[in-house]
Amino acid sequence: MGLITGNFLERKIHSLTGIIPIGVFLLEHLITNSFALKGPEYYNQKIEAFQQIPFLVPIEILLIAIPLAFHTILGLYYVYLSKNNVLQYKYFRNYMFYLQRITAIITFLFVLYHAYTARIARAAAGIEISYEFMNGILSQPLFFIIYLVGLLAAVFHFSNGIYTFAISWGITLGPRSQKILQNVCTALFFIMSGVGTIELIALAG
Amino acid sequence: MPDSIHLKIKRQNGSRDLPRWEEFKVPYKPNMNVLSVLMEIRKNPVNVNGEKTTPVVWDCSCLEEVCGACTMVINGNVRQACSALIDKLPQPITLQPLSKFPVVRDLKVDRAVLFEHLKKVKAWVNIDGTFDLGPGPRVPERERRWMYEISRCMTCGCCYEACPNFNSRSKFIGPAPLAQVLRFNKHPIGAMTQEERMETIMGEGGITDCGNAQNCIEACPKKIPLTTAIAQLNRDTTIHGIRSWFRK
Repeated sequence: MGLITGNFLERKIHSLTGIIPIGVFLLEHLITNSFALKGPEYYNQKIEAFQQIPFLVPIEILLIAIPLAFHTILGLYYVYLSKNNVLQYKYFRNYMFYLQRITAIITFLFVLYHAYTARIARAAAGIEISYEFMNGILSQPLFFIIYLVGLLAAVFHFSNGIYTFAISWGITLGPRSQKILQNVCTALFFIMSGVGTIELIALAG
Repeated sequence: MPDSIHLKIKRQNGSRDLPRWEEFKVPYKPNMNVLSVLMEIRKNPVNVNGEKTTPVVWDCSCLEEVCGACTMVINGNVRQACSALIDKLPQPITLQPLSKFPVVRDLKVDRAVLFEHLKKVKAWVNIDGTFDLGPGPRVPERERRWMYEISRCMTCGCCYEACPNFNSRSKFIGPAPLAQVLRFNKHPIGAMTQEERMETIMGEGGITDCGNAQNCIEACPKKIPLTTAIAQLNRDTTIHGIRSWFRK
């Protein structure tokens, strides 16, 4: 059932925005934050360079905020449309389907909190993003756990999203190709979760 | 060997009536299936408390798992009652009607929506004319095998029952009719009207409402490659969509 355009187009755009640009933006986060492993000064220096990108605000609005809002609003509606039955039908993919919807809600709440504190409120207060800023948040155990949960939810949603994206766009057709991609996505989930956790520990000091 | 078979049946007088559970004990005989136990209850409709009750209503036809009429939820799993053998089921055996269709009475449901969806996607080939059209085109063996796999669908509703995206909130057309779209698009005569079918499943409640839970292929008693059919149609509709978009 379509919310905006009948059906097909909005579902396809919803599927695509999950990978490009949102998935790419998630990968960018993991790459940028890996600089924290080389020390606070190196991290600040690299972050500084990112802050110097021309037209940063229009880019953030057009390539991040709008696609993210589109994916989120439609996605939450799609979560509402499903009636989960994992207790009755205990199939692996059914659990993944359920977890995709659970992680959608967790990621939504986390991104809301994260975008507000680390981008909107910070910029409004005129504070530069830096190692010290992130360290101030992540050195508190409660906020470290919130970030860790947000990271794991986002990474799961992304890696499982690649699997369903490949079916929705008719790339993986048969059970064998789907199984192989399943294994690749599982590996991706563990690698990205591991890297992200190490980065959070580095930022927590 | 147990001397009796213990059943818990979800009973309902009609779609607007509240369901209630009633238990039965039927004398054990070897090689029974769920239907033959239901037939025993019909002969002697007395529940576990010794009270006389109405015979349990159910639907059946072929008794060999090719018609799909006796599909119900047995011990929590959707399947055909005729092929559910008592000796292989843990007791008490729970019987429930399909939850995604309106209940006619007890275990009998109205699956008309399935046939409405088949009509919606035009799951047929057009061969009627005012004159003899002659023999149809030959079908490549590979395609024929594919079509045969999908043609074994008996519209039983198992895939609908297991699908989390087919429910009262969504307008999803369901897995089985989507597979039939592929089956008739592959047919040389059916292919002549494939764009009509494609446009239908690109509309409201169409193929993009599939959420890839892939329960359909697990629940399908005929193991029809539903997920492969859906993925193939995802490819076909994407290509069709892009082509027709640039043609405008």
